[in-house]
Amino acid sequence: MKAPRFSYVRPESLERVLELLAEHGDEARILAGGQSLMPTLNMRLSEPRLLIDINRIDALKGISLEDGTVRVGALARHAELLDSPLVAEHLPLIAAAMPHVAHVAVRNRGTFGGSIALADPAAELPACAVALDAAFVLASLRGRRTVPARSFFHGLYETELAEDELLVEARIPALAAGYRSSFLEFARRHGDFALAGICCHARIDGAVLSDVRLACFGSEDRPRFAGAASAAAEGRAWSGEVKEAVKAALGGDLDPIGNFHASAATRLHLARVLAGRALDRMAAAG
Amino acid sequence: MQEFIDIALTVNGEPVSRRVEARQHLVDFLRNELGLTGSHLGCEHGVCGACTVRVDGAVVRGCLMLAVQADGADVWTVEGLSDSGGIADLQEAFIARNALQCGYCTPGMLLTAAEMLEAGRRMTRTEIRAFLSGNFCRCTGYHAIVDAIGTVMERRFGG
Repeated sequence: MKAPRFSYVRPESLERVLELLAEHGDEARILAGGQSLMPTLNMRLSEPRLLIDINRIDALKGISLEDGTVRVGALARHAELLDSPLVAEHLPLIAAAMPHVAHVAVRNRGTFGGSIALADPAAELPACAVALDAAFVLASLRGRRTVPARSFFHGLYETELAEDELLVEARIPALAAGYRSSFLEFARRHGDFALAGICCHARIDGAVLSDVRLACFGSEDRPRFAGAASAAAEGRAWSGEVKEAVKAALGGDLDPIGNFHASAATRLHLARVLAGRALDRMAAAG
Repeated sequence: MQEFIDIALTVNGEPVSRRVEARQHLVDFLRNELGLTGSHLGCEHGVCGACTVRVDGAVVRGCLMLAVQADGADVWTVEGLSDSGGIADLQEAFIARNALQCGYCTPGMLLTAAEMLEAGRRMTRTEIRAFLSGNFCRCTGYHAIVDAIGTVMERRFGG
């Protein structure tokens, strides 16, 4: 199908974007990579009056390292994240996730900020941000605020972003000494949305895990920090027994939503298997 | 804030200027305004890859980008790549390996394969399949297409 009629504007500055958002609110949509917005327009699932194209705003671009924190601009394309030596070195969890994000042509356009702001529950990057304790910088004419990833995602396509706010960048702690990451997902076809996926990040000393952070995606209406499963591994040496404890605890963290792609029970089973394998890999990597 | 916008871009090496409707996507622009019907529309929501075109050196879904967003861009379609001779060996390999039946997906396959070849190295079959995973073929399956791309990699980059 063809998109409905709308007006289009390509502001030259961030300030102008924020003015337009303040003026038009919910009537406007931000056009970043467009890889999720355009399908909804083509299928007429959304009919905004105005598209605000932010693609040429330099302040939203780039990936850089500043004082142990990686700044990922909202307009950083998936392909940039995939190819970035800085991401590979300092955000290995995201580096491991990127090959699973969509397909080449979509990665060439799709943006980091778009994926976060859309908050698709089966997307990889929101869950990576939760596991890594990222923070998002939101801007509006009212000012800027920083929101932790764990409190940013409210539900299915629902986030902390107000109508007049733009996600400007993410600030993600760079990999610290002694930490490791592990990422796994299960999808029917490479690059499709996952039926279940897991992000693990922890400090590992010998075999002992600490500061364990497990986040699941593809199971519920939002990325889920798996607090009970993380606690089950905390301070313990990785073993078959601990693995079983983590898998059991995951049942308390997750209440998966079943649909025709996979039942709730299947998704929980997949999440458990993936969590066990991801932690196995992390423990073995040293 | 307009519903119609003037754009100027380069398509297959030729400068083009037009007034476009904001809602028109890039492939409708290429097909309907410029008569370049080599880029196909399959699903029109970013799943099938039949509309793959090259914008500023990288393949994109032509149905998921507005024509107005291509203002100032360098766009290449299968017509331009074909005329340039740059993918002649790839096209020959597709024919030799029977890598198409109806041909609907072929322009998108060729564009994606061309980007794969730009990496300048041989890839494993698994890598080729992963790279092609965003392009659907509903006739032959993918085996012959992977064969054709593998053959060209072998010829270009050695055994």
